[in-house]
Order: sequence, then structure tokens, then C-alpha cells
Amino acid sequence: MLNIDRDLGRFRDIVKGRVRRDLRKYMSSGELIGRKGKETVSIPLPQIGIPRLRYGENKQGVGQGDGDGEGAGEGQEAGDQPGEHALEVELSLEELAEILAEELELPKIQPKGQKNAASDKARYTGITRQGPESLRHFKRTWRQALRRTVSAGDWDPKRPVIIPIKDDKRYRSFEVQKRPRSAAVVIYMMDVSGSMGQEQKEIVRSEAFWIDTWLRHNYDDVETRFVIHDAVAREVDRDTFFRVRESGGTLISSAYKLCLEILTKGFPVSDWNIYPFHFSDGDNWSQSDTRQCVDLLGESLIPMCNQFSYAQVDSQYGSGQFIKDLHEAFGKDERVGLSRIPSREGIMDSIRELLGRGR
Amino acid sequence: MSRMPSRFLREGRQLPGELEEARQSIEALARSYGLDFFDTIFEMCTYDEINMVAAYGGFPTRYPHWRFGMEFLEMQKSYEYGLSKIYEMVINTDPSYAYLMDCNLVVDQKLVMAHVFGHVDFFKNNAWFAHTNRKMLDEMANHATKVRNAMEKHGTGEVEAFIDQCLSIDNLIDPHGPHIVRRRPIDEDALDSEAPRADIPKMPARDYMDKHINPPDYLEDQRKRRDDEIRRMKGFPEEPVRDVMAFVLEHAPLPRWKQEILRMIHDEAEYFAPQAQTKVMNEGWASYWHTLLMTRHILAPSEVIDYADHHSGTTAMRPGQFNPYKIGLELWRHIEERWNKGRFGKEWLDCDDPVLRRNWDTGAGLGREKIFEIRRTHNDITFLDTFLTEDFCREMGFFTTKFDPKSREWLLDSREFHEVKQGLLNQLASRGSPRIYVVDANHENRGELRLWHDYDALDLQLEWATVTLGNLVSLWGGRPVHVDTRVEGKPVRLTHDGSEMKRQTRKEEE
Repeated sequence: MLNIDRDLGRFRDIVKGRVRRDLRKYMSSGELIGRKGKETVSIPLPQIGIPRLRYGENKQGVGQGDGDGEGAGEGQEAGDQPGEHALEVELSLEELAEILAEELELPKIQPKGQKNAASDKARYTGITRQGPESLRHFKRTWRQALRRTVSAGDWDPKRPVIIPIKDDKRYRSFEVQKRPRSAAVVIYMMDVSGSMGQEQKEIVRSEAFWIDTWLRHNYDDVETRFVIHDAVAREVDRDTFFRVRESGGTLISSAYKLCLEILTKGFPVSDWNIYPFHFSDGDNWSQSDTRQCVDLLGESLIPMCNQFSYAQVDSQYGSGQFIKDLHEAFGKDERVGLSRIPSREGIMDSIRELLGRGR
Repeated sequence: MSRMPSRFLREGRQLPGELEEARQSIEALARSYGLDFFDTIFEMCTYDEINMVAAYGGFPTRYPHWRFGMEFLEMQKSYEYGLSKIYEMVINTDPSYAYLMDCNLVVDQKLVMAHVFGHVDFFKNNAWFAHTNRKMLDEMANHATKVRNAMEKHGTGEVEAFIDQCLSIDNLIDPHGPHIVRRRPIDEDALDSEAPRADIPKMPARDYMDKHINPPDYLEDQRKRRDDEIRRMKGFPEEPVRDVMAFVLEHAPLPRWKQEILRMIHDEAEYFAPQAQTKVMNEGWASYWHTLLMTRHILAPSEVIDYADHHSGTTAMRPGQFNPYKIGLELWRHIEERWNKGRFGKEWLDCDDPVLRRNWDTGAGLGREKIFEIRRTHNDITFLDTFLTEDFCREMGFFTTKFDPKSREWLLDSREFHEVKQGLLNQLASRGSPRIYVVDANHENRGELRLWHDYDALDLQLEWATVTLGNLVSLWGGRPVHVDTRVEGKPVRLTHDGSEMKRQTRKEEE
């Protein structure tokens, strides 16, 4: 009865193969973002068919009805030719992250030292003689009854009936186990000054999706926070983050200050693995603000983080100076990831640059 | 009928009491109308199980292959989204097995049983099924064993890849193959008579010197060479071969395990072919019987509404859609009525008077007899070709549609009878496979395979053709494969050399 599971498994392998093959396409089109459920991503695939010699499209069809008014001969090609529709296949985020890791050769993240909070988890590993009926261990109970029957000499092979009595009953019992938990907080910061257009935001959105997928794969718990900034910074929800209209000038330090504030308030370094990501076109208002940013990063922010990442999205307005300044200041610091994203096609490489160091 | 235990599903699938009673009475009723079917065993399935069985084409014991998994996933999705639901599944075997979905209403189960007896009667009596293997359940299980053994020996990936290649040509079979002898055994004498052995020139010699001057083995060699030459001149194969798959099986340089798998897939394709050839008739026939039995005998008054709802669900036709259940059912009824009222023969055909025609009734009463006769001999194409009349066409309000590239819509094109009929026949034919023949297995004397597409109206789908021909190249031992066809009316030769496909125009007659 389970044959189908095996065939289904083979098919899913083929699907994974396709996704792997087309990963770059999926990454640059942002197609998967809207398809993310709680634990799965539904992937649209053109139906994988067996190629055969067959006819092309029939240029004529036959229908039936009065043929007047709405719906007359409308709709699909008459007839029911199989196989043109897309197939939706669900992959778990876990599987997607694995594909991502294999394709981008991402190393698994080692959660930082003693930071992990412990959590309790009940596991049913033991056996007791008392317990609720719902936890009765049938096999053990039966075995106990059999043992008793045989040792009492009541066992009759011709009539192999075993009746458990109260003493035979065995129940499952649980033990509480301490399990290390690893939690991470991701803070996405985005420059929404006039030069960050729709296209730039889409790129950030795609990149954030893949970063989420990857970090979720590595940590039990991932919190995300969103900060937007022009000359001032404020915290917003995910939806606003990707939708807000662009305007104003740029003071990057405002975002870093807010980020620091969020972290000191809610995420003690001892319990959390911290990942700030900042996206901007790199056109800061003034050199003095940039200096302030470098100080903030070097003295407070970076020491708290597993990794601080800055990705610069090319836009036709920005000077793109900021990444150069950061490079100068932190180029050798392995806690800092810097990346430039020239276009959608660059998303995959950027992810590799930012997440490729396994921190 | 004896209740046989389930062959492959788990125990406890027998019909519950109420349905078992219904089955007995429906079976008796069906037999009383002259339906003649194999013993039919019904089993109850959950929807997951029925989707699984359906994914395997009705045979839970099929060989392992990913496409069954894909089909299962699709059916499961479409059921979960409420897009479609499989009511029944029945397979052409003796005894026949039918699966009922356990969450259906009792009235649905009765409908399905009546429907199933119609199908099984059709399987048993229609000539196109005459050569199908009625022990296919066992055969399928054997196939599965074969494939599993091959996988253990040669690796899952390799076997699966080979199966994919085989499936790629499994529509290039001869649907008439099982019914007639296509190939006469090669007549060696005929070959000889054109090249009499005596013809080999001999040097003049006296008797006692003859065997030295004209050594017999030399002569024998010469004769052989001569015969080969004649055979080659005649071409190989001598006549175009429709069953490309069987041809490849016999002549391609394949190792034994690959031959076995190719043969197995060929046999399965041949087994399933008649079901595709008789879809309209078969569904129509089963629907005809379930409506008749249900409405005249079986339905309880409380069940009428559900019955009507579900019956109309299966026979509904969206404008522009072609529903074999509906067309088949209506056509069977139309034929029955015609023969009941004596609307056939020369007088009827010659009569032009619409009033006379409308009231024509000779009281012939031959309808039932006629439809039983038709279900023995016809397939969909001949069925529609013979019995789709102008009256029927008008009654059903058929029209042809055409795709309008400007508005990107399908628009009504014509209600003219001949066009509609031609359109329907084309549609049936196009759902089938193109007629492809092997014409030369040693093309250009280089062992290349040349196929010929018996072109009528529709082009081949070129993207698919490319991949298919690539697969055929692998099957044909890596030698190039050609197909002579037409693209947009112009004669073209498609050539695949194993790495890419090329397209050349060719001369009209080749």
C-alpha cells in the first residue's frame, strides 16, 4: 500500500533537482516570496511530462450549446489535452535551505558559545506501572501478561489467549530533558531615501527572503525586526518595510542608533545570536555622519553581533561611497560582511558573500 | 458470484452489508437487460487509496516510477482543493476489480456500481479489447518485479532513465497490431527466384577440375553476397512498420535487461490503447446503463435529488468543452431511438420532407439490439463517423470554434454539419498519437533510422519532438534518427544526431 510513497519520494527528488538547477532563476525573480507558508514553500513547476511525439495545438475545436452571448466558445481549447498546466509542489523550508546550502556552498552556522538558553522538553522514554490509560504501552503490557501466564503454567498453545490483569499493565512515562536552544535575531535596516526605488526594494525583499530561509534553518528561533531610515529611523513591520514610499535624505547613523537601542532593550547578547543587515545605495548625507557610523559600528554594534552585514544595492543616483568607507574601516574584520548587488542577478552572489563565512 | 478475497489491498475492504445487497440486486438487474460482464469485485477505498490506485492506472502493483508519484500528488491536490473527485475506478481484467470511495453517499455507490457493470460489459464484449490480457494484474506484478530486479542490478537511476526513454516512444505502437498479422514471414524463395543461384557466373571447366576452378565455398559466398544485396535493395524494413516501439525492440542493439523493460512497456501501452480508442463509446455506454438502471429500478424517492445532481455533474458540458460522457450517452440514445423508429435504410436516407422525417416511426423496435451490436464492433472514430448524423448534430447544438489571434479568444466558427463532424473527428484523432512509421532502418547505408509521419492536418509539437527523437537516438544505439514530416504544410526532415535536432526542407516525394 505504500508503493506510492516511494514514487512520490522519487518525484520530489526530481523536483528538488529542478529547483537546484533553476535556483538562480528563482532567486532573481523573487517568485517564491509570495508562496511561503509557515513551514513550506510552494514551488510552481511546469508539469514534468514524458516527451512524446504528439500533435501541436489544434487550431480548431468543437463545442456545444447555443453559442450565444457570454461564454460562447470561450475559454480553453476545446477538448481535454493533458499536461499544459503548472504543478504546485511544496517543499519544506528545511529542504529549500539545504538546496541553498549545497548550491551556494554555505557552511553551517555554529551558534555562539554559551549563549544558548535551555528549554525543557518532555520525551516519552520511560515505563512505569501506574499511569493514565491513554499512555498504556500495549506491547509491554501484553509481554508482561504473557510472561505471567507462562510462568504460572496457564499457557495453552491450543488456545493462546492472554488476558492482562491490572498488575501487568505498563505505561509510558516522560522525562523532562534539557535541550539547548539557539535563538537568533535578524534586524533588517533599509535606506528609503529617494534613490531606493521599487526595483531596489524588490532586490532587498528577495535577499531578505533567502536570508530568513537560511537563518531559520540554522536556529530554532528567529526573530526579525525591521528598520527604515532616511534622515531619521523608525521601526516598522515587515509589510511597511517593503512598501513604504521613498523620500528624504540619508543619515545612516540614525538607523544604527535605533538598531543599537532595539538590541540593548530586547535582545541581551548572552541569549541571542545577532544579525543586523543593512541595505542602502551607499549615498550618505555627509562624511561626518559616515564617521559617526563607523564609530558606532566599531565601538558598540559589531562587538555584539555574530556578523554585521552591509549590502549596497546599485542605483543610478547613489554615489556608492559608503561601502568604500566601510571597507576601509572594517575590511579585515571577519565579523563584517560587505557586498554589492548590481542587479537582480547579483542576489545569489551577494547571499554567498554575506552568509558564506558561516558566522 | 463468489466473493474472492482481496488480491492486493489490505483485508476488510469487502462491501458493507447494505452495499453488498445493493450490488447483488444491481448485478441481477444488469444481467436481466443482457449485459454480459466478467465477475466484478468491488472494494472500498479511502480517497488517498483511490487516488493512489488511479495514479497507477488502476493497478496498485505497478513498477516503481516517479510519474506515478507526480500523478498521485496532482490528484490529491485537485481533490483537496475540491476541483475534482474520482467516483470510481474499474480495470479491464477477469475478474474485474472496481474501487469505491468509502466516503461517498450510498446513492453514489449504487450509481457507480451500475456504471461499472456497463464498463465491464464493454471490456468483455468490444472487439478492440479482445486481445487485451485479462490477467493483467499478474502481468503488472511481474513487470514490477522485473524492474525492481533490474534496479538492484544496474542502479535505480540508470533503470529509471531508461524507462523514461521507453515511455517517450510508447505511443508509437500499432493500435491495430494485436488484431491482424502485419508481417508475412520473409519468403526466401521469392528472393531466390529473382536471383537464381545458377546465375553466379562460373569459369568454364571440365567436370573433374570444376571444384578447383570454381571452389564451392567461393560460389556460396558469392551467392550470399548477392542475396544480401537484393535484400538491401528491397530496403529494410520492406514495408513501412507502424509499431516503431516493437521495431526498435527487435532491431536495436540493446542488452537483455533493456529489451525486457522495453517489451514490458510496449505490452502495457498495447494493453491501455483500446481504452483511449473507445473513451466516448465506453463512457457513454456505462452512463447509458447507469441512467437506465437507476431511474427505472434502483433509486429510492429520497435519493432522486442527489442522484440528479451528481449525474448532471458528470454529464455537464461547458460551452466549448468536449465531454465524452455526455456525447457518448446522447449518441447511444440517439441510435437507440433511430432503430426503434426505423429511421435507417434507403427510404429514410432519401427522404427530404422535414415533417415526414420528424414523425417517422415504423415501430421497428430494433434499438436495443442495434446498440448491443454496435458496442461489439466499433471504436470511437468509426462510431462517430458512422452514427453522428446531421439531426444529432443539430439536436446537440454543436459548433466549431476557432482561435482568434487578435482577441486571443476562441470564437464560434461554424455550425455547418460537415465541418462540425470533421472537427470532432480531427479532435478525436489529434488526441490520439500521430501515425509514425519506420521506413528505413539503414538510412544512407549508415544504420540510421528514418521514420515517416503520415501527415494529415496537424503539425508535430516540435519541442517535444526534439526530446523524443533524442531519446530514440539513445535507444537506437546512438545512431541518428530522422523523421519526415511537414511543418506548416511544407515537407521537412527532422534529424537528431544525439546532441541536437536539425530541420531541413526535403523534396515533396521521397
